[in-house]
Formats: sequence, structure tokens, C-alpha cells
Amino acid sequence: MNNLVEFLNNDIAYYVISGVLALCVMFGIFLMSKVEKARLGNAISAVSVLLAVIITLVKHDILGAWALYLYLAIGAIIGIIITIKLKMIETPQLVALLNGFGGLASLIVGSYALFHIGADASIFGNVTANIAMQVGMLTFVGSLIASLKLARKINQKPVSLPHHSLILSVLLSLMAVLIIITPILSIPAWLVLILGVLLSGIFGLLFTLKIGGADMPIAISLLNSLSGVAGAISGLAIGDALLVSISGIVGASGLLLTQIMCKAMNRNLIDILLGKTSSKNVVQEAVKIDKQAQKENRDPFEVIKSAKNVIIIPGYGMAIAQAQYVVKELADFLKKNGASVKFAIHPVAGRMPGHMNVLLAEVDVDYDDLYDMETINPEFDTADVAIVIGANDVLNPSARDKEGTPIYGMPILNVDQSKEVFIFNFDLKPGYSGVNNSLYERQGIHFFLGNAKDTLSAFLLELKK
Amino acid sequence: MGTQLILVGIFVVSAIIGYFLINNVPSLLHTPLMSGMNALSGITLMGAIIATAIALQSSNPFFSSVLGGVAIIVATVNVVGGFGITNRMLKMFKKKDKHHE
Repeated sequence: MNNLVEFLNNDIAYYVISGVLALCVMFGIFLMSKVEKARLGNAISAVSVLLAVIITLVKHDILGAWALYLYLAIGAIIGIIITIKLKMIETPQLVALLNGFGGLASLIVGSYALFHIGADASIFGNVTANIAMQVGMLTFVGSLIASLKLARKINQKPVSLPHHSLILSVLLSLMAVLIIITPILSIPAWLVLILGVLLSGIFGLLFTLKIGGADMPIAISLLNSLSGVAGAISGLAIGDALLVSISGIVGASGLLLTQIMCKAMNRNLIDILLGKTSSKNVVQEAVKIDKQAQKENRDPFEVIKSAKNVIIIPGYGMAIAQAQYVVKELADFLKKNGASVKFAIHPVAGRMPGHMNVLLAEVDVDYDDLYDMETINPEFDTADVAIVIGANDVLNPSARDKEGTPIYGMPILNVDQSKEVFIFNFDLKPGYSGVNNSLYERQGIHFFLGNAKDTLSAFLLELKK
Repeated sequence: MGTQLILVGIFVVSAIIGYFLINNVPSLLHTPLMSGMNALSGITLMGAIIATAIALQSSNPFFSSVLGGVAIIVATVNVVGGFGITNRMLKMFKKKDKHHE
């Protein structure tokens, strides 16, 4: 046993072990690029983390500290309960909450390091401890608010103070200043801790409060990235190569997702960070439908029964109404009727990256039927019917031509190119962006307004007659 | 200083490799990916264990172990819950038998 401890405390040996475990995690992530292998990849990552924990216990010769096992056991039991009890609809808020937990842990590790517990008294140790503490706190508070918003425990609307962006910029600068001047002026650790927690906590609070519904995917990805960054920097502070490496991967992953989300909304990360959201604070007025165009529409039931190519476009409205089961039923009916049915998934549909895919997978929709925006967009002009379920901004043609609106330049699904469009939305009001949907004014649009689950069920019932 | 440089190097290299690995993950799996990464971020657990173990030997073991205990518990919840949820989600992604169609 003592030989093993000695071996692990040999720097070279530890780097090699860290390298091997990091490679295992990377291999696990690599497997996640294929659906069939993704579960195996997840399991490999999980085992790697377990090994990392065991190695930590052995390396620091703390296998005998019984209190640690108690804490680990409590955490593991809660984790297992969460896994078993979770309803899939609660995924977004839970992922956000767990992310906050990671931030909280980094906050505490960073704070310990500030007091030289686990870290040395060098400038490097001090600066990294400070950053880990602040980023950890920011992640913790931000994720907590995001989770509450996703669970709709607090209002999803963006909350902004006067001079919101300015306040955020000032807070961010003060956080940076605190990190720089702490080692120079030798500010006592307790004062740094209080100031750091306050500044980063308020920043996290104000930043996430300002994020509204449709900007959530960006915020969630960003917080995900930050929890990795906080972990990696706390790893720098306590000098642990394995912690640095694995958290580094997490940080990069979150950043990449954030970038993908920003691109899908034509947004700039700095704008989001400083609280410029894509929502316009205008009175939301419902569009007027052209009554004449409506009268000239063909009978929707005839249209859909003769349709050969159908594309379904789900959005956040499907998630709120829990309409995915009926959507699946409709898709099955249309398929039986001889139609090809494809699902068009916009990258930011819903409240987190890939939200729609998870909901549809839950109701057993074949993942081969789920298409991303680039793949499905050329097919809309040959589709007979496009069925929109609780989606608005992601198919609003104004994004192409209405310069100056918040959604201008955002890539959209080309729903307007299909001959007939069925809209199962709650009402005619604009989506989160506050921009009226110019698609509604066209001919060949059939409206079924109300809770998507109810309207779809009624529609399906009529269809089956 | 040498060790610190190595550590920063490890951070940069891991981040770059991670970036390219994740670029290959299809948007279909973005939620499980995020949830999996989320679980991995709980690796701070290692730091929490080390710091708490040291704190336990300090002059005021009660105070330090309570705070460290919180860190270990939440990090463990993050890891276990994260991997568990990811697994549950991935289990749902199915290809159906096509032979009856």
C-alpha cells in the first residue's frame, strides 16, 4: 500500500496516470458522436471519473478519513434518487441545477485554496484560487437562477435594471481588478473571499435575470462552459493535472456549444454577456389574419389526407403543452396513410441545445426522422404540408428581410416555402423576439390556435373519422 | 514555476482536443452531450476531497469539514446524477425495426 502511495506521488507517474484517464474520457466523448455508441462512451467517462476519485484517495493517503466516505455516500444517494425520479420534461432545469452544484464545489475548493489549504502561497496559487472562487460563484448563482426560470418558478421574462449593461461591465471589471490587486496589495484572504463572492454573485444574478426564454440555450451552454473553467482553474490552484485536463475539456465543450447556439441565433457572445437580449420591449400585438385568404384556403383535412411529404416543426410550445405524445400519434397516422414524415429541428428550438430531440426520442420517434436545419431546409419547397407545433421565431420570414428587428439575420427554417402550413400555436402573438410573423399573412396557412395538446388531439380525432 | 507551466499547457491542450472532439457530436445529441459534460464538470470532486482531507487535519476540523463536506456532497450529486441522467436520455434514442413497414 505504501509503495502505491509513493508511486502515485511520483510526479512523472501521476502525469502518466492523469494522461491515461484523460484519454479515456476523451475516448468516451469521441464515442458520443455516434448514437449507437453514445451510451458506452458515457459509461467510459463515468468509470474514468470513479477511478480518478479512487486515485485521489490513495494518492493523498486519505483512504482512512471516514468522514469523506459519509459525504460521498450522501452525494451518491441523492444523485441516484435524482436519476431515478427525474421526469424527462424536467431535464432543462435539472441540468442547470446540477451545473450550479459543480460551480458551488469549485467555489469552495477555490476558497480553500485562497487560505492555502491545498494550494501554496505563490502568486500563481493566489490568482488561480481567486479566479476559481469567483467563476465558481458566478456559475453557482447563474445556474440557480437559470434553473428556477426553466422550472417556471420565477418569471421567464428578462428583468433589466436601468443601465444594465453598464452595471454588468463595471462588475466584471471590478472582479478582474480584485484578482490583480490581491497579490500586489496582499489583501487578507477573508476580505478577498467576501468581496469576490459578492461581486461575482451579483454579476451571476443580474446576468441570468436578464436572460429571457429564447436566449436560454445560449445562457445554459455558457454556464456549462463556466463550470468547466472554474473546475480547471481550481485544478491549477491546487496543482492537479487530472482535474485541469478533464475540466479543460468541459470548458471547451461548453464554449463550442455556446458558439453553435450564438450562430443559430445570429448573436454575439459579448452582447449576451453584457445583457443585450434578443427581445424587444414592445407591446406585443397580434397580427391580423387576412380573412379573405383564410376563406380561399382548401379544406385542411383534405389537404393533409392527400399529402405525400410532410414536415413537422416542433418548438417550445410543444414542450410546455406536453404535446409530443400526440405529435407522435399524428406522425404515425400520416405514415400509415402513406406519407413521408420528417421532423425539422432548429438548433435553438426549446430552452436548451437539442431540447426537441430529447422530447421526441422520449416518445419513441425514430432518430433517423429528426433532421437538422441545414439538411431539411432544401426540402420545404417540395413538401406538401408543414405542420408547426408551438414554434414561431425560428420560422419567421422577417428574419430574412426585416432589417433592424431582433431576429434579422438569424437562420430560419424555410417553412414559408411549403404549399400548405398548419399552425398549432397558442395564439397569433409574436414569439419571444416580439417580431410579428410575416408568414401568417400568406395564403395556405391553416390556424389551429390554443394549447397544442388540445388542438392537435381534436384535429387528430376529426382526421381519424 | 515549471509545474505551473506544465499545468497551464495541459489545460490548453485538453481544451483544444475537447473542442475538436465535440465538434463531431451531431446536434441530435446536444442535450445528452451537455448533460454528460455537466457530469464531468463534477470532477471538481477531486479538488473537494483533497482540500477537505487537508482541512480535516487542521486546528478547526469541524468548521472546515462542514464546508468541505458540502463541496463533496454537491460535487458527487453532480457527477452521479449527471451521468445517470445522460444514460437515461441516451437510452431513449432508438432506431425502430423497419421490417414491419
